[in-house]
Amino acid sequence: MDSTQAIYDGLKDAEVDFIVSVPCVNLSKLLDMVDEDSEITHIPVTREEEGIGICAGAYLGGKRTAILMQNSGLGNSINALKSLMELYEFPLLMIMSHRGTEGESICGQVPMGESTPKILEGMDFSYFTPATPDEAYDNVRHAWEQSEDEGKPVSILLEISYW
Amino acid sequence: MARYEAIQKIMESIDDELIVCNIGFPSRELYEICDRSENFYMIGSMGLASSIGLGLAVAKPRKDVVVIDGDGSLLMNMGSLVTVFANNPSNLTWIVIDNGAYGSTGNQDTYAQKINLVDVAKGIGFKNSFNFDDIDLKDVIRSDDAGFIVYETEPGNSSAPIIDLDPITIKERFMSSI
Repeated sequence: MDSTQAIYDGLKDAEVDFIVSVPCVNLSKLLDMVDEDSEITHIPVTREEEGIGICAGAYLGGKRTAILMQNSGLGNSINALKSLMELYEFPLLMIMSHRGTEGESICGQVPMGESTPKILEGMDFSYFTPATPDEAYDNVRHAWEQSEDEGKPVSILLEISYW
Repeated sequence: MARYEAIQKIMESIDDELIVCNIGFPSRELYEICDRSENFYMIGSMGLASSIGLGLAVAKPRKDVVVIDGDGSLLMNMGSLVTVFANNPSNLTWIVIDNGAYGSTGNQDTYAQKINLVDVAKGIGFKNSFNFDDIDLKDVIRSDDAGFIVYETEPGNSSAPIIDLDPITIKERFMSSI
């Protein structure tokens, strides 16, 4: 299975119908597919934190929500993830291109990349690091339900080697 | 006139609209003035009232959504002006109560004192960017473009108590009211 198709199929199986995004080059094919899908409302945002707020509002309106972003966006969103999403028990699927991992060519991505899993652990948020498209498909399609059960966002970290 | 009276005035125009209200004293005062299931009170995440309102308005295009925001919170999430304008949900009306102060933390000055927020929104492209005193709120709520309204007030908080609803209750009763 294609690495991008696996994520897309997982989102569709999870019936995600509302997506906000800040782009990453590794997500560009997925963003195109989301844009072309008339069943999914896609709102590009200026900064990840506002995207978290938009997803909270969309959930109040009955949508199943996801954010597509680089892991750098996690850093831009931490307070909103805690004092909005966790506080009110809003589910959210976070699909992150995990930069700064093995094979990274841009040194600026490395510090945040190395800290990203530790930040999620410190936040007490569940996350998955699929190595193959099959694993990713399986993780994504179940993550929404898990997020609803936990009352917290659930993340999928897609390392450079994944693609 | 301070924020409390401004919220009273706003609520005179509200029927079945959904309200997203800013963190701190704005939510406490709204809760005291007119608690209703259709009010979503923010308890954390300063700055995100307009973002929550945008997501809600896009998800529920047949419901009118009114955001009660503040100048300090707007300054924390200025990008939202761009995102709201670009998506232009006709059912969203974003009211900024501009008292030039971080009211809930002791009325420290905000930079909003130095700028004209109505002009900022017009500069981005908002067709409906007004001062509250110049409009009928219901007309803006019903218009075909997203609305941005600045309500200038004096700083100052009432004695409204802390909201005694837990966040899950606020969420669940809001969702069941839609």
